[in-house]
Amino acid sequence: MPAITFIHSGGNTDHIEASDGESAMQAATRHGLDGILAECGGNAMCATCHVYVDDGWLARLPAMADDEDALLDGAAAERTANSRLSCQIKITPELDGLVLRLPERQV
Amino acid sequence: MSAASSASTGGPPAVPHLDVDPFAVAFFTDPFPTHDVLRDAGTVVYLDKWNVYGVARYAEVHAVLNDPATFCSSRGVGLSDFKKEKPWRPQSLILEADPPAHTRTRAVLSRVLSPTVMKQVRDRFAAAAEERVDVLLGKRSFDAIPDLAEAYPLSIFPDALGLKPEGREHLIPYASLVFNAFGPPNQLRQDAIERSAPHQAYIAAQCQRENLAPGGFGACIHARVDEGEITATEAPLLVRSLLSAGLDTTVNGIGAAVYCLARFPDQWQRLRDDPTLARNAFEEAVRFESPVQTFFRTTTREVELGGAVIGEGEKVLMFLGAANRDPRRWDEPDAYDITRRTSGHVGFGSGIHMCVGQLVARLEGEVILSALARRIARIEITGEPKRRFNNTLRGLDSLPITITPA
Repeated sequence: MPAITFIHSGGNTDHIEASDGESAMQAATRHGLDGILAECGGNAMCATCHVYVDDGWLARLPAMADDEDALLDGAAAERTANSRLSCQIKITPELDGLVLRLPERQV
Repeated sequence: MSAASSASTGGPPAVPHLDVDPFAVAFFTDPFPTHDVLRDAGTVVYLDKWNVYGVARYAEVHAVLNDPATFCSSRGVGLSDFKKEKPWRPQSLILEADPPAHTRTRAVLSRVLSPTVMKQVRDRFAAAAEERVDVLLGKRSFDAIPDLAEAYPLSIFPDALGLKPEGREHLIPYASLVFNAFGPPNQLRQDAIERSAPHQAYIAAQCQRENLAPGGFGACIHARVDEGEITATEAPLLVRSLLSAGLDTTVNGIGAAVYCLARFPDQWQRLRDDPTLARNAFEEAVRFESPVQTFFRTTTREVELGGAVIGEGEKVLMFLGAANRDPRRWDEPDAYDITRRTSGHVGFGSGIHMCVGQLVARLEGEVILSALARRIARIEITGEPKRRFNNTLRGLDSLPITITPA
């Protein structure tokens, strides 16, 4: 199973196993990870599963759709070039080892 | 209540038939035992009273919500099938539409009610919440439904939309009518439609561009006409969607949260200790009470769902409230727990039709509960709560309480 490393804003890390085909958000909430709220449940409607994708991984993710792009403008924490919504990152075997940093706040 | 099903020889199992009427006052008074019956009877049930299929388990409700090609909305999300019956009002361009038509109109409302817009209105909504709590602290004893659950959204939402001051008394009756009309042709629906003319006239006028103040949500929708995203005849109908679904829902959501926090003092104390839980306390109340209890879909083809086969052109009733308390999905489903991980509840729906105003609802819920928790020590229920009956909405008509200042 692909592994994801979440780095919290305070610096501590969580390594979790994702199931193939689930989103990074689903993997995080299934493991009870703090720092991902996912208020809308993965429908790309709320911007509360915001993550900063580690530089090396950014280009390997699927492209961002317009709705995700628009939602990120309203994320509670600062948007950067590395910002994505984790509900839109579908986990595949190629993403084994993905590193995602969590923002200070989601709302 | 009886369940009848027969074992079949080969082929899909028979769908259990139940004689439940989920639109009867007796059901509204206490739906929970019947929700248990509906969930336990099977993945899919058939309700003989209204000749519809029903799903009450989380997995099937979620599946139906997330397969809009098979379970469509364009034939109406109430009992009435628009293929067979003329809609009681011009069909909604978003709620009662399927892709690709839905995609375009949905995008407009999503942008008008986006997280970015919520950041802009947050301070105004929070200030109004403080003002409302000022008023309530002056009263000490009051009815939490009119004086809080209705008064707070009424103090911000119509202004945020840009509505004229005159005629706002039509807003809640109109919304109540819309949600009653999703139900079957029972007394509630018939009475509501019979009395609807003045409310409909107000709404139709208020949706016009010249009647909406600049800068409000309504004007923002009309501005999309200039960008060529929608037509001038579509814009008023999209404003109507906000007038239909943007007020009574939050009234019932806030009412549900206050009722929960008044009933469960341990949860109120947790909120007092950490008011940053306000947003989740609201979200959990939406799961726990499910202010929007049900919606229908119509099948576009024969489909297998949870092992059952449903033919084409059938109405399927989704019990959102039952899904939100399905023990197959939730630990301690009947406990109101403000620290629960609520993500995934279907109180706002799920999929492409998930409540487009969910961010407005959460913002209102968060700031009002936060203001209450910081400034009020205790809430005491001082009289018998009275329920308000509606074919779709669950909420109270009256909740007498006394508050003690912090």
